[in-house]
Amino acid sequence: MDKLIAQYTRSSHQNEFYSEQEQHDLTESHPPLSLKFSLPPIDDSRAFLRAMTDDHSNPSCPIKLAHGTTTLAFRFQGGIIVATDSRATAGNWIASQTVKKVIPVSRLSRGEDKPTDAPTPGLLGTMAGGAADCQYWLRYLSQQCTLHEIRHKRRITVAAASKILANLTYGYKGYGLSMGTMLAGMTPQEGPALYYIDSDGTRLPGNLFCVGSGQTFAYGVLDANYRYDLSEEEALELGRRSILAAMHRDAYSGGFINLYHVKEEGWVHHGFNDMNPIFWKTKLEKGEFSNVTSEL
Amino acid sequence: MTSLVNQQPHSEAIGYSFSQSTHAPNKQHSFYPYTDNGGSTLGITGADFAILAGDTRSVAGYNINSRYAPKVFKIGGDDETGEGAHILLSVVGFAADGHALKERLDAVVKMYKYQHGKPMSVRACAQRLSTILYQKRFFPYYVHAILAGLDEEGTGALYSYDPVGSYEREQCRAAGSAASLIMPFLDNQVNFKNQYIPGSGEGHALEPKKAGPLPRSTVEQLVRDAFTSAVERHIEVGDGLQMMVITANGIEEIYTPLKQD
Repeated sequence: MDKLIAQYTRSSHQNEFYSEQEQHDLTESHPPLSLKFSLPPIDDSRAFLRAMTDDHSNPSCPIKLAHGTTTLAFRFQGGIIVATDSRATAGNWIASQTVKKVIPVSRLSRGEDKPTDAPTPGLLGTMAGGAADCQYWLRYLSQQCTLHEIRHKRRITVAAASKILANLTYGYKGYGLSMGTMLAGMTPQEGPALYYIDSDGTRLPGNLFCVGSGQTFAYGVLDANYRYDLSEEEALELGRRSILAAMHRDAYSGGFINLYHVKEEGWVHHGFNDMNPIFWKTKLEKGEFSNVTSEL
Repeated sequence: MTSLVNQQPHSEAIGYSFSQSTHAPNKQHSFYPYTDNGGSTLGITGADFAILAGDTRSVAGYNINSRYAPKVFKIGGDDETGEGAHILLSVVGFAADGHALKERLDAVVKMYKYQHGKPMSVRACAQRLSTILYQKRFFPYYVHAILAGLDEEGTGALYSYDPVGSYEREQCRAAGSAASLIMPFLDNQVNFKNQYIPGSGEGHALEPKKAGPLPRSTVEQLVRDAFTSAVERHIEVGDGLQMMVITANGIEEIYTPLKQD
């Protein structure tokens, strides 16, 4: 009887459609294990990509990719502060002023931020360099972290996650990926952990990093005022102030200040705020940026 | 165009390690598989609708090859007419790549529907389009894509892409050759950038005007104004304006002629 039911309850068209594998082959979509990318039909595909997309060596290249950034992250006694600007440039054109350069890398919080104030468990990744490269590979990393969580019944460590990414970028070395990313998170095994990974295959643990075209300006402020025993308020303000300095001096950085705090229970978002009022507040109330006149 | 690949790169260091120079002593024809077919597209969202529009001119260099080559497509429709579609895609750049991309996304959205028995959400479709674009990271589609639809709550959703798939949800976006003419206008008229409430204060205390969803009639007029203005100042834009409006009741297509010169 059960057999009969099973036979007749299945909808009749279910087997007529392509199998999972066939669909896969048809659309070549999912990249999990063997990552297949189409390459141009010429010998030196790297030179082709550079000629088409690298606006640094060829300013009149036809395909301009989104670039340019200031991002920073540092460890302190209360966890990790992650801060970024929000500008994306393609050549001299400001492609967007509202880019989300902090990307949650975790099963629970992929996609947009949750509106709650409660900390969200998981890692944070930052985006510098090619916007698509960072978004895509951090999404891929997110998949891998979820799989790790299912297989091992515990959250992945930041060390392990950063190594997945570093091995990946190292494997694609020379193909023209462009990314400088920081992974921040807190796990029971490691405590607060911060890693820098870039498209050359570099992977470094550390206390304090600034990445992107505005990194030097951010380092200037951050190094001068950084202490490990900063209070939470002070640390958030220092992150904000460092990004502000970079936005002011680096033409490729600007827009909004995106602030995150990684705590033991997870990360907390501390706003996506327009830099302009913050700049004038800093100038008029604290007397900084005295090189700028306030006359209207 | 002939020596793009064999051009010697600048000697100064670039961000990532393309080190070996491809310097060749003899000038030779290079592989250049793209044409810029010009034109512009524009999308704006509202509280319960999204509008995606594009001009219909197709150019190659200074030649106008077609006065009606649509850039806005319905995705996930039941037949060629796009009946029953719930997502819109606009592509500008190289029309052949754009067409290939549209066909591919359409196939994916249809297969999703047949397999899962429900239409693909715009959010899912948006992420899928990003992966499709990234699949050609090393041989990119020469397109700027914009995707529009209604999200789970029924509000207008708009996603914009770069050629290799970085994407972002936005209120408005202009792409294509006249993007630099239209986008500043949109910043001012849709997001109210640099607009302040009169009399709210003096100098730095002036309060900025808050942006919110605009009514459909206003948005439609903004789109028309954006395109008629772009036509006046850009040679690759003109001939016709194709506007697609997506609401809970389906997709409405509006065509209006633009200047033919």
